[in-house]
Amino acid sequence: MSKTDLTRRGLIKTGTIAGAGLALPTIFTAQSAAAHTNEPTGSTVTLGFNVPQSGPYADEGADELRAYELAVEHLNGGGDGGMMNTFSSKALQGNGILGKKVEYVTGDTQTKSDAARASAKSMIEKDGAVMITGGSSSGVAVAVQALCQEAGIIFMAGLTHSNDTTGKDRKANGFRHFFNSYMSGAALAPVLANAYGTDRKAYHLTADYNWGYTTEEAVKSSTEAMGWETVAAVKTPLTQTDFSSYIAPVLQSGADTLVLNHYGGNMVNSLTNAVQFGLRDKQVNGKDFQIIVPLYSRLMAKGAGANVKGIFGSTNWHWSLQDEGSKAFVKSFGTKYGFPPSQAAHTTYVQCMLYADAVERAGSFNPCAVGEALAGFEFDGMGNGPTLYRADDHQCFKDVLVVKGKENPDSEFDLLEIVEVTPVEQVTYSPDHPQMGGAEATLGTCNPGA
Amino acid sequence: MEAIILQILNGLDKGSAYALIALGLTLIFGTLGVVNFAHGALFMIGAFCAVTLSRILTLSREVIDESKTDFLGNPLKVDVPLVYDYFGEATGAAIINWSVPLAILFAIPIMMLIGVVMERGLIKHFYKRPHADQILVTFGLAIVLQEIIKYFYGANPIPTPAPDAFQGSFDFGAMLGFDPNLIIYPYWRIIYFTFAMFLVGAVFAFLQFTTFGMVVRAGMADRETVGLLGINIDKRFTIMFGLAAAVAGLAGVMYTPINSPNYHMGMDFLVISFVVVVVGGMGSLPGAVLAGFVLGILESFASMREVLEILPGLNQIIIYLVAIIILLTLPRGLMGKKGVMED
Repeated sequence: MSKTDLTRRGLIKTGTIAGAGLALPTIFTAQSAAAHTNEPTGSTVTLGFNVPQSGPYADEGADELRAYELAVEHLNGGGDGGMMNTFSSKALQGNGILGKKVEYVTGDTQTKSDAARASAKSMIEKDGAVMITGGSSSGVAVAVQALCQEAGIIFMAGLTHSNDTTGKDRKANGFRHFFNSYMSGAALAPVLANAYGTDRKAYHLTADYNWGYTTEEAVKSSTEAMGWETVAAVKTPLTQTDFSSYIAPVLQSGADTLVLNHYGGNMVNSLTNAVQFGLRDKQVNGKDFQIIVPLYSRLMAKGAGANVKGIFGSTNWHWSLQDEGSKAFVKSFGTKYGFPPSQAAHTTYVQCMLYADAVERAGSFNPCAVGEALAGFEFDGMGNGPTLYRADDHQCFKDVLVVKGKENPDSEFDLLEIVEVTPVEQVTYSPDHPQMGGAEATLGTCNPGA
Repeated sequence: MEAIILQILNGLDKGSAYALIALGLTLIFGTLGVVNFAHGALFMIGAFCAVTLSRILTLSREVIDESKTDFLGNPLKVDVPLVYDYFGEATGAAIINWSVPLAILFAIPIMMLIGVVMERGLIKHFYKRPHADQILVTFGLAIVLQEIIKYFYGANPIPTPAPDAFQGSFDFGAMLGFDPNLIIYPYWRIIYFTFAMFLVGAVFAFLQFTTFGMVVRAGMADRETVGLLGINIDKRFTIMFGLAAAVAGLAGVMYTPINSPNYHMGMDFLVISFVVVVVGGMGSLPGAVLAGFVLGILESFASMREVLEILPGLNQIIIYLVAIIILLTLPRGLMGKKGVMED
């Protein structure tokens, strides 16, 4: 005869322990299943493209969106594959990302920090975007990057040129392929010295916001280092449309060179006004008066028409480059849309591909794993020659293009000609460079979110 | 001294644009009693009349140039403007070059039509409504017009240069005995100022010396009595709205070579133009013109480097600062009349 000691209380006790024991692994599994924000669980993965669809930079945003659509098509195995064929990493197979079909949602940054944060937040929370990318302003990039850091999402910056994005405001979850103000200054200075000599008096007009300041500082320090003198640096309101009252006094100051640290509509208007005032026909200090635009955008240069002719500047990429990557991208984009891509389209396409590739190599969508795969990653075949995603600040280091407004353009796209491809060594700086936020600037730790 | 002369000159062209827009605003306010926030949009549409005419004049046929290639490596398609075919290359090129002045003729009927349609189609329904309603509806209209233009022309500025004959600048300094290059002023801005003066003069003459103008002035003073005399004042006021739209439009057409037009240029001018109207005195046409120039010149002075070194940021607030001071000392503005908006 056997005796069982099974009591009601004992049963509940044993049951609870056994249940907890059985449930334990599932809790762990559940936790690892949501190891990071918006981990894709189905057969698709959603990317969030946050670009200006309204406001003054809407045309640039539209070009970014075209590039993203092309990138998604290529990632999912459609089209001719574009730069996937020339990319040095062969992890991407044209079957989506980690076998999941790539889908996307879009947001409108309006080129306003608060609107951009709101649209990014909505794409993360409502649409389940696992990565946010795009934008056409440094203010927006810094704001959205900080949001993505908090949310545990990777941010692949679009067109942002301020030093701060990967300088004092760098974040572990944020990555920038586009070049920056420091690189523009370092690349431009030798070309300017060569063209205009080392004895010049420069007058800066600077857009009164973050990007303007870092660009002024970069161009000032690199031109002063080669012997130029800075006569004055005047801040102009971002909303300014007529720059005549800022341009007219330039000649009175004794300056023989005008540096326009302006972008977009500001650049178009200030350059148009400067040319109208006949500055370029003048002689000062026995030299021909010159104008410089540190950051060129072909889309915007179009607005200034013939005024850009002969004016030096720098750019991240240009469709006339003849390397295999650029040719493949221009062919792919041009065939689909009927015109060549802008530098904004190029950097956003590349960012999307680099993210997808990093996920494939990491074997995970976890932002920390992706970040690790991107940090220190060296690649080629994406249109800028050998490139390094530096681990210290998540900034891409590559050759910089110095360009000049073309004298006799063949078409409406043929506005800039490449004067020099400045080698990457010449534009490389230490991660704790004073213009980059000094020793205090750190990435912090990666945040996988949930 | 030369810096002061220079900034006065600079203030003149900016002041011209403010004055022309404010003049139109005051005309509409004085006749119809409507606060028209869509007036900046009319300035912008005028500028786009110039863009449109230049696009029409450069309508082209494609010719394949085998000797060159496009960005995809195909033979380059070169656009040959149709006007070259009709008038020969030299005359055709000259016509395209002069597209901005030609756009004046193109813009007048279009702007009058837009003005009349706007007044008959929308604004007349708001005559008896409070000013707040008028502001809301006209502001909404401005945004709609702005988005329509953006849809067709994109968000980027579109270069619309002045004829080659007016490129470059005039050396006032050399003329006044200063060193050369110290006081230079672009030819087109001189033309803009002259054109604005002519337009202002024409509007005043029209109101002062024609029977139509007399009736309108009578209507502005006492609408009811004029109506009782059997005169259809509404019809005349509609025409005045068309006229005010044309004035704003022409200001926009001639402004295009100064700054490449884009879809939001109207908004850039609108707020300041309202300040101009208030400073000049509600309902006062000479006040609007005077205040336009005064504020334009003051704004130029405030942008001087020497001033900004002492008072940084003054350039951004000067207009509003002056407006506050003037309204505190002269509550009706510089030339405001008693009884306007005071009931």
